[in-house]
Amino acid sequence: MAILILRRLALGFLTIFMVSVLVFAATEVLPGDAARAVLGRGANATTLAALRRQLHLDAPVPVRYERWLGDLLTGHLGVSLVNGEPVAALIGPRIVNSAVLLGLTGLIGIPLSIAVGILAALKRDQRLDRVLSIVTLVLAGVPEFVVGIGLIVVFATVVVQWLPPVSMVAPGTSVLSKPQILVLPVATLVLVIFPYVFRMTRVTMIDVLDSDYMEMASLKGLPRSRLVLVHALPNAVSPTIQVVALTFAYLAGGTVMIEYLFGYAGLGQGLMDAIEVRDIPMIQAIVLLLASVYVILNVAADVASILVTPRLRRGRSWQAA
Amino acid sequence: MRSPVSSPVSCGEAAVVVRGLRVTTADGRRCLVDDASLELEAGEVLGIVGESGSGKTTLGLALLHHCRRGLRIGGGTIRVAGRDLGGAAPGDLRQLRGRLVCYVPQDPASALNPALRIGTQLAECLEPRARRDRTRLLDLLRAVKLPPQANFLESFPHQLSGGQLQRVAIAMAFANRPRLIVMDEPTTGLDVTTQAHVLETVRQLCGQHAVAAIYVSHDIAVVAAIARRVAVVYAGRIVEIGPTERVLRHPAHPYTRALIHAVPDIDDATPVSGIPGHAPEAGAESSCCSFAPRCTLAVDACRERLPALVVIAAAHEVRCPRSADPEPVPPRGPVAVRAASVRPLLAAHGLRAFYGRREVLHGVSFAVGAGECVALVGESGSGKTTLARCIGGLHGEAGGSMTFHGETLPLDTRRRSAAARRRIQYIFQNPYGSFNPRRSIGASLALTLAQFETLSGSERRAKVLAALDQVSLPASMADRYPRDLSGGQRQRAAIARALITDPELLVCDEITSALDVSVQAVITVLLSELQRERGLAMLFVTHNLAVVRGIAQRVVVMQEGNLVEEGPTDAVMRRPQSDETKRLLRDAPRFTAKARGCDTL
Amino acid sequence: MSAAARSAARSAWTVRSVPAWMRGARAFFARGGAIWGAALTAAVLLVVAIGPFVAHYSPIDFVGAPFESPSLDMPLGADIMGRDVLSRVLSGGTVILSLSALATVLGVALGGLLGISAGYLKGAADDLIMRTLDVLLAFPQTILALLFVSVLGSSFLLIALLVAAIHAPQVARVIRAAALRVAGEDFVEYAKGIGIPPLKIMVREIVPNVIGPLLVEGGLRFTYSIALIAGLSFLGLAQDPPAANWGLMLNENRIGLTQNPWAVVVPVALIAILTVGVNLLTDAYGSWAVQGNRPGAPQPADIKAAEILDGPL
Repeated sequence: MAILILRRLALGFLTIFMVSVLVFAATEVLPGDAARAVLGRGANATTLAALRRQLHLDAPVPVRYERWLGDLLTGHLGVSLVNGEPVAALIGPRIVNSAVLLGLTGLIGIPLSIAVGILAALKRDQRLDRVLSIVTLVLAGVPEFVVGIGLIVVFATVVVQWLPPVSMVAPGTSVLSKPQILVLPVATLVLVIFPYVFRMTRVTMIDVLDSDYMEMASLKGLPRSRLVLVHALPNAVSPTIQVVALTFAYLAGGTVMIEYLFGYAGLGQGLMDAIEVRDIPMIQAIVLLLASVYVILNVAADVASILVTPRLRRGRSWQAA
Repeated sequence: MRSPVSSPVSCGEAAVVVRGLRVTTADGRRCLVDDASLELEAGEVLGIVGESGSGKTTLGLALLHHCRRGLRIGGGTIRVAGRDLGGAAPGDLRQLRGRLVCYVPQDPASALNPALRIGTQLAECLEPRARRDRTRLLDLLRAVKLPPQANFLESFPHQLSGGQLQRVAIAMAFANRPRLIVMDEPTTGLDVTTQAHVLETVRQLCGQHAVAAIYVSHDIAVVAAIARRVAVVYAGRIVEIGPTERVLRHPAHPYTRALIHAVPDIDDATPVSGIPGHAPEAGAESSCCSFAPRCTLAVDACRERLPALVVIAAAHEVRCPRSADPEPVPPRGPVAVRAASVRPLLAAHGLRAFYGRREVLHGVSFAVGAGECVALVGESGSGKTTLARCIGGLHGEAGGSMTFHGETLPLDTRRRSAAARRRIQYIFQNPYGSFNPRRSIGASLALTLAQFETLSGSERRAKVLAALDQVSLPASMADRYPRDLSGGQRQRAAIARALITDPELLVCDEITSALDVSVQAVITVLLSELQRERGLAMLFVTHNLAVVRGIAQRVVVMQEGNLVEEGPTDAVMRRPQSDETKRLLRDAPRFTAKARGCDTL
Repeated sequence: MSAAARSAARSAWTVRSVPAWMRGARAFFARGGAIWGAALTAAVLLVVAIGPFVAHYSPIDFVGAPFESPSLDMPLGADIMGRDVLSRVLSGGTVILSLSALATVLGVALGGLLGISAGYLKGAADDLIMRTLDVLLAFPQTILALLFVSVLGSSFLLIALLVAAIHAPQVARVIRAAALRVAGEDFVEYAKGIGIPPLKIMVREIVPNVIGPLLVEGGLRFTYSIALIAGLSFLGLAQDPPAANWGLMLNENRIGLTQNPWAVVVPVALIAILTVGVNLLTDAYGSWAVQGNRPGAPQPADIKAAEILDGPL
């Protein structure tokens, strides 16, 4: 088992490494002269050359990559091309804000979806299950910003005005100081992840309930509570962990649209701003950060799966008899 | 040997009484079990025999008043030790299950919860007070001959072998000394020795604790070894029920007779005969005798009304108007099996095979003569399938050498010449995967033909139809798709596909194991005929020794990747030399009377 | 002939006269989801197809005051620049739909090809293909799209290729699983055994048997293409103003939600209806094909794999 886990970790490291190469290639090497992009079309040759030198664009590619990677690993995330401030200082508070948003979504959305999914599986094909299945089927295809706008229309502008339509705070203040701005973004994200987590939990639970060992257990005359809690749930844990980790991983990327929509001062909005002005160090730092979180969450999902499956934890020992 | 059992009589009523049991789909449209009635004394074992789709498993589960999703019990009464299971409230029924009636499943590996320890699952069967009692649990283990150790209780299902898991399941069933145990083919998938041990354990426990047991199986031989009485099920109805000895020697129902003729006997070389046609689908109810379309004795009365269950002798009932004079099964005489020519067709020298780094075949050498059928037998894991695949060229990681017609034959089919590829044909075990589901049977056969010959469209079609005709498949089959065919028909189509290239050697990899007994017999008869008519050489892989006599001239016995015995069939079966062959012959279940000791339990 | 035999013969004849595809279609549409899905999708497709020809005004002309309320002349009012909302809505779906369709087809074709190759060839080829795709899969899809669009610019073809490249790894992963399953079947081994070359095996034996999963993946990917491209439009990265584009309209006009909500509500509703319709159709197809157990249909295991791996859209 330890070998399996180590292999997965090693693969994760390798993936992050490859991701860094891709990010670097995308921003530094591909067509679109970075210097011209930053300075605009009107720049003259001298300033272009100066900027190129400042950005080390004249050095060969592998050297530039090495330098960039080395800087990263020592904590130097570069300097923003917009205002000259260190990237690390700029994205610090944004990281916190995005973490709050995603954390709240996870805390509320995931237990809710899992509980409802299990309930629907236990009451399969009855009224509750049918209604939920239809609702999630409809909700599943809708893009997240559409859900967001729908909520804004209903709760913030057109139908009623209970909540603020944008979630902006003055720079420097914590988002937690005005909790009402968190309601709509979190609600949007919860609605977005609900269909997926609900459906996966329900399917997993149904699979378990339909299995031969559940039939055998019920033929032993065990009470229903024991059947569900002791026999069924432990077998539903492993796939559910995967689903949860994948959900968080998705959120790491999906937050961009929502933050942009609500004007929320998180990493997503930071990325959009950086893209608009071609602030390459910012773009690199944020993309690398989000992608790494994504990879780490995927690895965590796999490792947790391994740890939870008894079969993978220990080998076969009584086989000889 | 079995010890006589004194069966305690309880107020005159038998331990288990079932009357008119009926199981239908939830909407009532299809009926899976109709009008099933039986009685069991305490300590008695009743075997329920049937083929796939006969409803035997559904019947077995229904005796616990349980059905799978989408089914419901539509009528009838079940009384166990005087308690009416049908009338019990759901809460009471739950109490009764596990204490009064217990179940041993077919596949213990999937029937035990992979996330819970063995000890936990065993303890659940006991009353709450006794759950913590370690000694009680260890006693249970001892009773089924499992190591009575604490760390065995701590282990998880995946750490145990198939035989051990099945013993755990049996321990769970007997834990509370129930009145009735229903066992659903519990020894399928186990090797013969383990199977023999498990059957012995069950026999003992039933006798010891005066437990009535029902043993559901498709294997008559196994049922004969363990059950005192037997019920034969066809299309959801019990067509014959009576003492095992009598039913097997004087079968009254035409289906029972045909079934017995279809089962190969390990001690007897009489050829088997199959039942033409195929069984009706599960749930297809009919208001007349379901077997009539396939019955050689059928009269108009059979096709108009449902025959009632009639008592024809002591405790022997049958559902057939033509059973008036039950004839004993004619003694089978040996059949003259064609003597093989001495000319060797294919010879293997020191064949080795690997799965990754593990060697699974350790230097096997033998030869197949032209026109000769060689049976390759062994338990699962013996390497017989791997050996067959090597000869067929389908196993990549192999070593050693082979010759065909005296010339070197490459081990990998990709390196073989087209001539070699067409002369050696391979037929797979699973009838459900051997044809591309998106092509008609005729197109698949034509494709094989096109690979080796260039012919015009009409010539190809003619050859395809000729091949189908050889295996007794009608021409209309050529335009059908695989999903329209039954398992037996698909295997015949696979044989036709092999024959269309005019081969010299057929490698048959357990091609009958996935089929019902009556269909198996059809296939083995067909193969014997083909062998005689066309002088085909065959390599016939099987784990069932009984089949060997009717089809093979020589036998090769495999054990753990080694060839342990080889010789003419008769010699090997009568005077086995190696321990492995002796073990296989000794532990194989038999159903002829002369092999069983006493004829009462 | 007895009465029973005659009626049996008659019903046999009737059954035979209904072609198989029609019976299948009937079974498909018997599901409520299919009907709704088809209706919703058709409705939006109609708007996109006919819209530009029936619009009253040109989508880029200024015809009123900013956020003017609806009137007989402009049933949905005016947008932020005073353009007729209805006319812009009628022309606003063309780019989104055509881009999505193109990107989906390209992505599924490429992903399918890679997946089948990886699943059949196994070994080194499999490792190479999947490890490379894993790197792409390591990115959250939105971020990847943003990264490349921001660097490469936003031409029609580029966006189509980009979104296709985002889809391909996901499709490859799911199709590889299906191809592995098919490649493990005996009939494939038989084909190898009689000497049919690998390319022919892939085309003749494997592809027809993974059509089902391909269609299911195609449907799921189409829904996601629409979401992604509408999202990119919303972020201003797909088309530049003054183009009429539903996503762009959402972004431009949300400031005036309290004055003229229709400028936002109608485009957002159209996007929602389209995605819901396509999703319902895909789901109905998936469950219909699995139940009917038609040859080449996706197996329940394939669908499950697709759902898990696809993540929350």
